[in-house]
Amino acid sequence: MSAPTLEVRNLETHFLTRDGVVKAVDGVSFQVGAGEILGLVGESGSGKSITGFSILGLVDAPGRIAGGEILFQGRDLVPLPERERRKLRGSKIAMIFQDPMMTLNPVLRIDTQMTEAVRAHRDVSKARALEIAREALVKVGIASPDERLASYPHQFSGGMRQRVAIAIAFLNEPELIIADEPTTALDVTIQGQILHEAQTLCRETGTAMIWITHDLAVVAGLADHICVMYAGRVVEQGPIDAVLDQPAHPYTVGLIGSVPSRNRRGGRLFQIPGMTPSLLNLQPGCAFRSRCPRADAACLDEPPVHAASQGRQVRCAHPHDQPLETVLQSSAGGQEASL
Amino acid sequence: MSAGLQAGGLQSSDAEAPAERRPILHAEGVSKRFVKRLDFAGRIAQRLGSSIREETVHAVDGVDLTVGAGEVVGLVGESGCGKSTFGRMVAGILPPSAGTLAFDGKPVWRNGRVAGHDTALAIQMIFQDPFASLDPRMRVEEIIGEAPQVHGLVPRGEVADYVAEVMLRVGLDPDFRRRYPHQFSGGQRQRIGIARALAVKPRFLVCDEAIAALDVSIQAQVINLFMDLRRDLDLTYLFISHDLSVVEHIADRVVIMYLGRVVEIATTEDIFDAPNHPYTQALLSEVPRIELRKRRYQPVKGEIPSPLDPPPGCHFHPRCPHASERCRIERPALREIAPGRWSACHLND
Repeated sequence: MSAPTLEVRNLETHFLTRDGVVKAVDGVSFQVGAGEILGLVGESGSGKSITGFSILGLVDAPGRIAGGEILFQGRDLVPLPERERRKLRGSKIAMIFQDPMMTLNPVLRIDTQMTEAVRAHRDVSKARALEIAREALVKVGIASPDERLASYPHQFSGGMRQRVAIAIAFLNEPELIIADEPTTALDVTIQGQILHEAQTLCRETGTAMIWITHDLAVVAGLADHICVMYAGRVVEQGPIDAVLDQPAHPYTVGLIGSVPSRNRRGGRLFQIPGMTPSLLNLQPGCAFRSRCPRADAACLDEPPVHAASQGRQVRCAHPHDQPLETVLQSSAGGQEASL
Repeated sequence: MSAGLQAGGLQSSDAEAPAERRPILHAEGVSKRFVKRLDFAGRIAQRLGSSIREETVHAVDGVDLTVGAGEVVGLVGESGCGKSTFGRMVAGILPPSAGTLAFDGKPVWRNGRVAGHDTALAIQMIFQDPFASLDPRMRVEEIIGEAPQVHGLVPRGEVADYVAEVMLRVGLDPDFRRRYPHQFSGGQRQRIGIARALAVKPRFLVCDEAIAALDVSIQAQVINLFMDLRRDLDLTYLFISHDLSVVEHIADRVVIMYLGRVVEIATTEDIFDAPNHPYTQALLSEVPRIELRKRRYQPVKGEIPSPLDPPPGCHFHPRCPHASERCRIERPALREIAPGRWSACHLND
């Protein structure tokens, strides 16, 4: 692999609250190359969105980046002054939010918003900017773009708004796109359309993409690599097939097992007992240990990171080494008994 | 399942569920129209010759459905297809504009009001949002204990024990009975909502996107709880969801709706293995699956039309790859194309 578009090293984003320090992102490392899609997966509170916001420099007080490096094309973004960061945002690095109305201004017409985004970063005439905007709308599959350019966001359906948001993200031919659950609020057929557009654009333009989601099934169909986060840390990462077929971390196993799947129709779903811990004053050691069937005294210490080929990493003292089905079968018996 | 095979003989296993189960819920031609009345200014404008008219949404348009006792029926569709509205009519929350709904042979609705306490209690609903569906100023024991006490299901002195029993059943610690909803996580709140529904000893649960707002690992816990309750309490479910993989996991039969109409009804196996209606086919091909890696999405074109102004004929024809002239004019009837298998498509003729 050539030099990655983005490399995050030991990123730490902390929130200083009255009750203590919340380590929302606690030593996260990963990388994405050009034209690659990385799936960043986790449940609420795992720190996946904050990781995305940190890369863009969108973490507001009381949050701050407490440590680590965010290397974008070899340049560390963390120490950059806000003015420099602003130049990157929207041009080299773009973001797609879950709610397209976070991107769109409800009182401005689409053409105003899109040409503004082009002209903020490029020295082009209004007419040329409009042309670029029109092309971008065509690329995301919007019919009659001229009419649409003259409309306001409220005249669009949810799926259409998300397409416009994606078109805006791709406007300045960014090197990196961070997509934060962009299809979660959409219907299945519309989600399919959006995934299709995002996938095609990434492959065609060679843009690197980080797709943040809680939905493993979406990531399975889309991503090349996957990072599984739990309580602010990456617990497992690697190529998509390797991680989903032979997950090593007990949390990944539990997460995949709890997704209803073809092969296990009607059967009992594997369930992870308990719930995600509060990130406030988290005890040292493995954060998953209270819910983990394999936990023992060793898990009170910081779990070791096992690295294998192709960027495969697991942060666990007792990783699994069997294919998923074997692991689920052997642990299903134990679950029935314990219930 | 094997019983169906024997009874059906040469017929495929499709015939099973509705035939062998005693029907418990029967819907016939159930419709719901919402009319947006004109305001004062609108009425004046109309008098003066403006083309403003009252707008009518056919949220649910002539749904026929029979649910057998002990069955789990999944009701699937995208936003605006009328699945929630139908669930609300079944649960006695929203009166239908036309058609009849019968529970156990007795009508659910009479003259726009719920026909009887027994039916109203027997059908309970579990809502999507565990944050909005619980009164924030009531303690858990009041939320769960109020209805059985009001309806005289449990003597006053035994309410506390009864609440504890219901809480245990849904996996909540009875020690938390004095707490308020905000002191619980999303998954626990959904359990409170389930406990509240179970407290009046229902026989039929309408679950409206009951797990959509929960995290994946919590979803699995609640799905397992639903399946345990079904086994232990002999419950029947109408499970409304947009999530096909969840429905595939939990349901015996699946009903697919599009813009207020039922387009296909079949057993879960049939729907997922060989969908008949083009809409069902499109829907299923879009479902992300964990087994399918780096797939090429082949999306169905177009958007869901507005229910205010649905296309004539078959509602799906503008997006359907097989649409013909007939689909643009004539509404396809929901017909039985194989035993136990219904579809509304002209292609089956």
